[in-house]
Amino acid sequence: MSLPMFRFQSLIRFLMASAICLAARAAQSQESPYIVTYDHYLEEPGSLEVEYFSTFSTQRGGNAFHAFWAELEYGATAWWTTELYLDGQTTFNDSTLFTGFRLENRFRILQREHFINPVLYVEYEQISGADKILKEIEGHDIEADIAIPNAEARREHQHEIETKLILSKTFKSWNVAQNTIVTKNISPSEAWEFGYAIGVSRPLALKARAQQFTLCPENFTAGVEMYGGLGDRRSFGLHDTSHYLAPGIAWNLPSDWTLRLSPGFGLNDNSHRFLLRWGVSREFSGFGSAMGRLFGGGK
Amino acid sequence: MRISASWPAAILVLANVIVAAQSNSSDRDASVYAELAKAPGKAVIRHNPLESDPDAVAAGGKLFAQHCAECHGETASGGKKAPSLRVDQVQQATPGALFWLLTNGVVRRGMPVWSKLPEPQRWQVVSYIKSLTPVPHTLPESGKIPHS
Repeated sequence: MSLPMFRFQSLIRFLMASAICLAARAAQSQESPYIVTYDHYLEEPGSLEVEYFSTFSTQRGGNAFHAFWAELEYGATAWWTTELYLDGQTTFNDSTLFTGFRLENRFRILQREHFINPVLYVEYEQISGADKILKEIEGHDIEADIAIPNAEARREHQHEIETKLILSKTFKSWNVAQNTIVTKNISPSEAWEFGYAIGVSRPLALKARAQQFTLCPENFTAGVEMYGGLGDRRSFGLHDTSHYLAPGIAWNLPSDWTLRLSPGFGLNDNSHRFLLRWGVSREFSGFGSAMGRLFGGGK
Repeated sequence: MRISASWPAAILVLANVIVAAQSNSSDRDASVYAELAKAPGKAVIRHNPLESDPDAVAAGGKLFAQHCAECHGETASGGKKAPSLRVDQVQQATPGALFWLLTNGVVRRGMPVWSKLPEPQRWQVVSYIKSLTPVPHTLPESGKIPHS
């Protein structure tokens, strides 16, 4: 079979799989309110979570922007979650751009729950300098970096490997998660960059009600995140870094959707004064089995 | 922009990863049941604090439908991905052992950890599981089950 024909058939299969996803059974998930911080809970095996997130912010010395990203998060096994991000942004009075993609994998290291549960995170990202989703703050990322007009910023290409050590613990229904971020642009001249994210969250009610109500307190989880950069290998520390504090809430709807809202506040002069983030997601369980049947890999 | 040429390939890589991850195990059920025997003594003797809660079974049933039925089946009689919860191995296990398994999962056999559900909700699920009508099943050779 010729290579173009093989690629075409693969693409058709992928499109068919996307259609199967629409038919797959939706499942209510118990999502955290975090948008930046990761806890140690991975996607359930065989489930696909389709997510959309937005970041809106005003910009000193530039135009306000609305950055957005889609995530396809799949539970390959109970200890491995893989994810594809597609990023874009609209800068007001400028333009709308697709700014790149990210491939992410998270691996649960320990089989059972422990006092602290570590998860390893490895991501490859190929994005342009115009990317503004601010999913992670690292190195010397500051507000002024993204005031550059799109036409100029998009010429810069970033190929980065980003790793995280995720440490997380749920105690008495409180989740505490800490992420240490280490990023390296593949270009040899770029230094290793560092960042952090910390989150605390708790469901509003611990016992479930017997009846199904959309506004049941147990469907809501509230929390707060703090995240920022820690400089790079050449100048480690808080100098020329930005930091944010962001309360957030997740609403796990009985109709299988999750809504998240998180207003973020800049903590120093290098930070955006205000970030408004929101997201919507839906989990489809049984997606893996459907894909397996389609590609002949399952029974 | 070079990015546009790369992302379809990335999607195909992801699709292949998804297919590669699908696998079945014939001894899955026995090894999952045997996992109950690994619950530490302290966990096994824990009592369900919601045992006398009249709403616990109904609430647990709701949680089961939301989080567990996809794998264990809507009636908890087992599915393609996870074993029946009506068998003796499960029904004769103590509430504490079931709670421990729910909290820790059987990660290498595909059952995720469920500690993200608050403790009272996990006990509600245990109440629901213990309320199911048992269906006899042969004990696996691979381990003792802690009985109530």
